[in-house]
Amino acid sequence: MSNVLWQHRLGGEQMIAAAFEYHRPAHLKGALGVLAEYGDDARVLAGGHSLIPMMKLRMASVGHLIDLQDIAELKGIRVAGGRVTIGAMTTQHEMIASTELSSAAPVIAEAAVQIADPQVRYMGTLGGNVANGDPGNDMPGLMQCLDATFTLAGPDGTREVAARDFYHSAYVTARGDDEILTRISFAAPKGGYAYEKQKRKIGDYATAACAVQVTMAGGKVTSASIAMTNLSDTPIFSAAAGAALVGTSGDAAAVKAAVTAAVAAINPTGDNRGPAEFKRHVAGIIIGRAIMRALSRA
Amino acid sequence: MNDLTPTPQERTAKLKGLGTSRKRVEDARFTQGKGNYVDDIKMPGMLHGDFVRSPYAHARVKSINADAARALPGVIAVLTAADLAPLNLHWMPTLAGDRQMVLADGKVLFQGQEVAFVVATDRYVCADAIELVEVDYEELPVVTDPFKALEPGAPVLREDLAGQTSGAHGARRHHNHIFLWETGDEAATNQVIEAAEVVAEEMIYYHRVHPCPLETCGCVASMDKVNGKLTVFGTFQAPHVVRTVASLLSGIEEHNIRVVSPDIGGGFGNKVGVYPGYVCSIVASIVTGKPVKWIEDRMDNLMATAFARDYWMKGRISATKDGRITGLHCHVTADHGAFDACADPTRFPAGFFHICTGSYDIPVAYVGVDGVYTNKAPGGVAYRCSFRVTEAAYFIERMIEVLAIELGMDAAELRSKNFIRKDQFPYTSALGWEYDSGDYHTAWDKALAAVDYAGLRREQADRVAAFRRGETRKLLGIGLTHFTEIVGAGPVKNCDILGMGMFDSCEIRIHPTGSAIARLGTISQGQGHATTFAQILATEIGLPADSITIEEGDTDTAPYGLGTYGSRSTPVAGAATAMAGRKIRAKAQMIAAWLLEVHDGDLEWDIDRFVVKGAPERFKTMKDIAYAAYHNAIPGIEPGLEAVSYYDPPNMTYPFGAYVCVMEIDVDTGTHEVRQFYALDDCGTRINPMIIEGQVHGGLTEALAIAMGQEIAYDGIGNCKNSTLMDFFLPTAVETPHYTTDHTETPSPHHPIGAKGVGESPNVGGVPAFSNAVHDAFRAFGLRQAHMPHDHWRIWKIANQLGLHG
Repeated sequence: MSNVLWQHRLGGEQMIAAAFEYHRPAHLKGALGVLAEYGDDARVLAGGHSLIPMMKLRMASVGHLIDLQDIAELKGIRVAGGRVTIGAMTTQHEMIASTELSSAAPVIAEAAVQIADPQVRYMGTLGGNVANGDPGNDMPGLMQCLDATFTLAGPDGTREVAARDFYHSAYVTARGDDEILTRISFAAPKGGYAYEKQKRKIGDYATAACAVQVTMAGGKVTSASIAMTNLSDTPIFSAAAGAALVGTSGDAAAVKAAVTAAVAAINPTGDNRGPAEFKRHVAGIIIGRAIMRALSRA
Repeated sequence: MNDLTPTPQERTAKLKGLGTSRKRVEDARFTQGKGNYVDDIKMPGMLHGDFVRSPYAHARVKSINADAARALPGVIAVLTAADLAPLNLHWMPTLAGDRQMVLADGKVLFQGQEVAFVVATDRYVCADAIELVEVDYEELPVVTDPFKALEPGAPVLREDLAGQTSGAHGARRHHNHIFLWETGDEAATNQVIEAAEVVAEEMIYYHRVHPCPLETCGCVASMDKVNGKLTVFGTFQAPHVVRTVASLLSGIEEHNIRVVSPDIGGGFGNKVGVYPGYVCSIVASIVTGKPVKWIEDRMDNLMATAFARDYWMKGRISATKDGRITGLHCHVTADHGAFDACADPTRFPAGFFHICTGSYDIPVAYVGVDGVYTNKAPGGVAYRCSFRVTEAAYFIERMIEVLAIELGMDAAELRSKNFIRKDQFPYTSALGWEYDSGDYHTAWDKALAAVDYAGLRREQADRVAAFRRGETRKLLGIGLTHFTEIVGAGPVKNCDILGMGMFDSCEIRIHPTGSAIARLGTISQGQGHATTFAQILATEIGLPADSITIEEGDTDTAPYGLGTYGSRSTPVAGAATAMAGRKIRAKAQMIAAWLLEVHDGDLEWDIDRFVVKGAPERFKTMKDIAYAAYHNAIPGIEPGLEAVSYYDPPNMTYPFGAYVCVMEIDVDTGTHEVRQFYALDDCGTRINPMIIEGQVHGGLTEALAIAMGQEIAYDGIGNCKNSTLMDFFLPTAVETPHYTTDHTETPSPHHPIGAKGVGESPNVGGVPAFSNAVHDAFRAFGLRQAHMPHDHWRIWKIANQLGLHG
């Protein structure tokens, strides 16, 4: 549920959803079948923490709700051959609790524990978080930082889309109405990492957040990946910010240059968290801290 | 006597009376999910009601077409103002002497206002039907700023008041003006201030917030057409008042109305007023002959029922060069929203705001309050405070800080120099209050010593120096507060609500085997009355608290009382409890005398028994006496052991406290961390220290919320920007700091057990303590005043405007 939408709602709204048909297929094929049958009148339900509030506020009208929780093939975490694959229906809690994942990609748990509260994390899934296209969600930016690949299943089979190409604008993504995002995979990252987030309180979306992965060799930064959350209508991956670090020793001037490059790529809008100028300033601080922490771990 | 004879200490301990940290008897059911709240009530054939609400802050309602809604299966009725008008219930009186639309009568005046009431067989059908009600609005110019509302060309909000040049509280000088309420000597105050050596002047804004109890407001109204009785279960902080008002409005005789407040999930003032939902549910039940339930959702609650504060307080305070305060002048522009629905004692349209001289001996003062209509929700309730007392405390505690800056003086020293001294009590303030008791210097010195105040100031100076050298980006704020509250409304001679005097009551029935039930006119919303009132009685009548049931909230069984808010339960109903207990004891003494065959004057009370003076082995315990009261035919004494007391307090009580908040502030992000919070409360006699500590923790956390983020704000066209918990700050355990509690004990001289009330002190004192900490962090860089809430961006803005971002 995006902060942007919360703000644009008028008075007298409902907090009770309109009637809908509930589907609970046991296989992906069945889910795709319902999607094909009902087109844009159908929506898939993962953890429900974006879609259900929007239905309750009657901002999302869903004739057919397809609950994916019984589809076993959408669950699970696998680390093999230097690659991490996470089923779309894997919950934030399951990712936090996975020692295998925490050793392969510790930045996931560092970000996931900053999402909402334990109750939400027991329900909220990685797939739902990345597929909905809500700019407030934390995982899309992190997946761009990790250069993850999303697998989409549709009536004609599966295809893969890079996280960095997936987001077009708020809630508008590369996923077609007849497709389901089934898994997320990325190369197990090396080096230092950080997910830094400023929020007003537990359960809030980020005022500014930033994911960083860096590697160093011989006192020099050899790679750097930097992406940001809730600072535009999509997550923002800044190749220029990473490039500003590569080849340097990660000194203050290099960090400053990376921050400048990253801030140049964002376009925050004012909301109850504060006006754009405040967010832009805080973003610079948060990005800088994320880079410094990642460097300290590299 | 032998070794097995309980010692006096053991007998006292067994009672679990005054001063015992007795565990809350309510918690067994609350912690197991076995509470019984209004929404848990289900009755056969029960219908559900919900509102069509206005999306506009100011608009003419040109037409309402509910045909499609009425045609929806399951919809029983759609009520509009036109349906209520024949019953004269389309408007209702407010507690403040104004009137309020129950359903939009020709226009709407705030976003979220009730426009139509849909009644259906279930809550989901209601929600669908609401979408089908077509309302044709014509938008009108909106005014959300009380200063602009008073400009000559401002939109006319209350057309129903056209031509009325006076209201319930005197003259109205403008079409959006409600009242000007004044007290004190303005001429003398101005004279002192104009001649003073030092004057500090500042506008202090206490923003609009909301009590936001965990459980929203709601009711179930059930009209039994066979016996003519109306039962209303609801989230009422004052059930007896609701019964009387319902009777006056409906014409149903009061004995035919039963109002029940079941378990209530927090009130904080939100559940004092009368809301359109209650009226519509009752009407709908009368019309349909079926029970009708109305439960607010969170957005309804935040947008429509009873905000708090929204006070613009313009202050001038004067002093001698060495820091002796000479006068205080305050003018308030009070934004009451679309209807004046403040819940204050009727004769005090600004509540007890004139306690704003605080803990200080200020020789002359003046207060004037202008009430103003705007296109915002009505309310103005006492959110965890006595009426407008938290506004007053915030005002004076900010003005003291500003004066300290003007004087170049330490703010702790300035306070100490101006406290009312212990030997001045009872003390009559320049604005007319008689403070019952206090020992401010002792509390203050204890607080400053506990936090090592001098050490904190040294650390702060070092921090500022390090900041200036570029070695840190964090500043240290030390927030001081010494507050004095006025609670326990109140003496019937000057405190009433719509003519109902603010006494309270207790009725005790002792059972033959030595247990008891006591019923009170108050109603707990989490305060733990069932625990603490039993403790008062245990000490008074010598029966164990565990053997005493406390019951409240059912007007058919409880004695009449004015309810629970404004920290009045212990000062008023607690006093009634003690007094009723003393009546029990007086009769018990006669019975004991007969049983022991002595003159009653030869007996003395000893913890749980009457003892023959000089013969301690001859006694009768209260338990013995209870049995005898019922089963011995005692000449000249009626059987039974019961008592009732209606207590009209001779004065308010004046709890006070000294708080210190130590806060780290990140200049670059506007974030903060409360490093230390020390709260010393003096609430007179302490009934249950554990409950006091819990109350202080809860109140401080609400104060943290208010000071550091909570607000109800509107945009330029009157859209409420904070109508969900995403944008309305309720702290969780993560945001809540650790609190250190402490106390001194200065009993109230006029209260039967010396208790003063404590539930609201931490909110009253906490808000200025947190806010002063923020201000204090930036004092070295020239900050005088920055309005709450001090959320991240507003703190960032302070730093930015002071040039601290380079």
